[in-house]
Amino acid sequence: MHYDMIIAGVGGQGILSISALIGRAALTRGWHLKQSEVHGMAQRGGAVQSHLRLSDRPIHSDLIPRGRALLILATEPLEALRYLPWLDPEKGWLVANEEPVRNMAAYPDPTTLYAAIRAFPRYFLFNADTLARQLQAPRAANVAMLGAASPRLPFEPETLEAAIAAQFARKGDSVVQSNLAVFRAARKEALRTPISLAP
Amino acid sequence: MCTQSLLLLGDEAVARAALDAGISGVYAYPGTPSTEITEYIQQDPDAIARNVHRQWCANEKTAMEEALGMSYAGKRALVCMKHVGLNVAADPFVNSAITGVGGGLVVAVADDPSMHSSQNEQDSRFYARFAYIPLLEPSTQQEAYEMVRAAFDYSEQLRLPIVVRLVTRLAHSRADVCPTPPRPENPLAPASEPSRWVLLPVHARKNWDVLTRRWPEITAASQSLPWNRFFPGPDRRLGIVAAGIAFNYLHECFPVGIPFPILKIGHYPISPTFLDTMKTAADKWLCLEEGAPFLEEQLRGPFSTPLFPIRGRLDRTLPRTGELNPDLVAKALGLNPREGPPVPRLVPPRPPSLCRRCPHADTYDFIRDVMDNYPHGRIFSDIGCYTLGALPPHNAIHTCVDMGAAITMAKGAADAGLYPSLAVIGDSTFAHSGLTGLLDAVAENSPITILILDNETTGMTGGQDSLARGRIESIVTGLGVAPDHVAVVTPLPRFRQENAQRLRAEIAYRGVSVLIARRPCIQIRKSS
Repeated sequence: MHYDMIIAGVGGQGILSISALIGRAALTRGWHLKQSEVHGMAQRGGAVQSHLRLSDRPIHSDLIPRGRALLILATEPLEALRYLPWLDPEKGWLVANEEPVRNMAAYPDPTTLYAAIRAFPRYFLFNADTLARQLQAPRAANVAMLGAASPRLPFEPETLEAAIAAQFARKGDSVVQSNLAVFRAARKEALRTPISLAP
Repeated sequence: MCTQSLLLLGDEAVARAALDAGISGVYAYPGTPSTEITEYIQQDPDAIARNVHRQWCANEKTAMEEALGMSYAGKRALVCMKHVGLNVAADPFVNSAITGVGGGLVVAVADDPSMHSSQNEQDSRFYARFAYIPLLEPSTQQEAYEMVRAAFDYSEQLRLPIVVRLVTRLAHSRADVCPTPPRPENPLAPASEPSRWVLLPVHARKNWDVLTRRWPEITAASQSLPWNRFFPGPDRRLGIVAAGIAFNYLHECFPVGIPFPILKIGHYPISPTFLDTMKTAADKWLCLEEGAPFLEEQLRGPFSTPLFPIRGRLDRTLPRTGELNPDLVAKALGLNPREGPPVPRLVPPRPPSLCRRCPHADTYDFIRDVMDNYPHGRIFSDIGCYTLGALPPHNAIHTCVDMGAAITMAKGAADAGLYPSLAVIGDSTFAHSGLTGLLDAVAENSPITILILDNETTGMTGGQDSLARGRIESIVTGLGVAPDHVAVVTPLPRFRQENAQRLRAEIAYRGVSVLIARRPCIQIRKSS
């Protein structure tokens, strides 16, 4: 087993919380893990990414070579497109949040971003923020992203749910339950949506 | 199989190892990518129970000196800093090799090749060589743990400080680390040899002579340490020197095994007899190292034709500047890297920017209101989030060079006749390196206007306590700024005109004035 993925977003969106959940799940499986993070200046509203590598054998590089990532999980639609050269052109998936973060003057028309994402053969595009708000858990958009990506990840959903429960245990049972509800709803949505095969 | 593996950043592996090696104190000023070393120790229950010293220091120089003091007293100490922090700490750092140490002293320096969060990409290996201090360079988080554990014993054995060099991609990457059983702290045992510790010329000359005589011995003895290793390979058309994390990128290129002989470098200085292997093991060599072509230059020597062909950054087989990655290494090895789909042309860059409702943005608004009327005026800025004021929409600052340079450069420009000359400096940067420059300005009553942007934290590195917090007015007036020309303003849109008016008045005053623009960082307010 070897699985490389990139988590992409904007500084301040908390993409490291997604990495932490997947890292927790990987440890329960006894896998090796390498997870490269961005700290410092770029965190102030700049483009940020986390390279996450899981394997049952020792992992060498902290960075994923180009063309190898099996998933780009993007918490923002523009950022979904920034790291495409790292995506495996034959097997890679693009899972992206529709909700734009417009903290720059030259932000493109979001519909052109959605079209570029939909042009990719394996994608899932949805609004994680809306889904989280609908379930009265507005801060759980990142957990919604994890749920939407979960059918592509090398874990049983129960393993990820256990990681969510452990991560939020400190904040009480109602927070755990609302996060699990968001995870399940997003996963269901991702499984329900037919895969586009159009180029 | 490890029974209690931990998921740690490279920085955290350094911290865990130092705690397990029995340190009694960590001394540091926050700086990317080194900050998380100290933060780990500050939050570790074990460190809290032991009451390990873990407060932030004013700057890297005070940190290095305090750690040397703890070492003098016989206890083990860790000092951490980013690469440019070593410039600040250079004086005690270089002299700590002349005094030597008591308790083990490890200097963890995190370099930032590609300048992800820095103003240069200087390579700390030059400093260690310059100071005659051994340096260890880990390739993995596990090795970072093992090297730091070993470095404290090594430091006490050699009676020298030891540098452990990290780079951003190791410091900020998490991996599973297997720790080893902890060791107790050292007892208090103050040094008692004035000839070592009082660096009068008469003592220093002797110590320096001893150090230079010991250096070849330390170099030769390093061969028995596990950090520099030769891996034979059947294909002798190419040999590879791989230092630090470059070793990982090399392995990434050959999933089923590397056919070439390899010299893995993790300890500097490198024994010449170890390097002699290169003469016979391969016909030509590729040098893979993160940062400067430090080894490559030494291996080439000053000759037009080196002993054997050396490929690397100098002949542009690899880029001369910037960090390595697995794709660059693959290309240097003549392998064809894979490529995913291209980035669509509609994707613009997204540079970092000040947060929405950031107090610095409001400060720059009223500064611009005033300074737009002075096209010949200049605004000297400093290191921190507020450096982002250089970018649109603010376009508000003219310089950013090093910690504290805002005040001193403004003074120098005023000395030259520039008017108005403004300095913009954060509260934490002011505590780090602003005080002495302000004293220079006060001594000459220089016509400069200083804005201290007091967001009550160290914002850029994630919100560490600023040592100036609650003390800025007393520091400023204590250094001699006239109380009439020290004022606190609140950077909020509704005070914009009022603040501009005050700034205009202080610019008109031909002496030192200090405006403290005080409003807490919104990131800190969010998280508290």
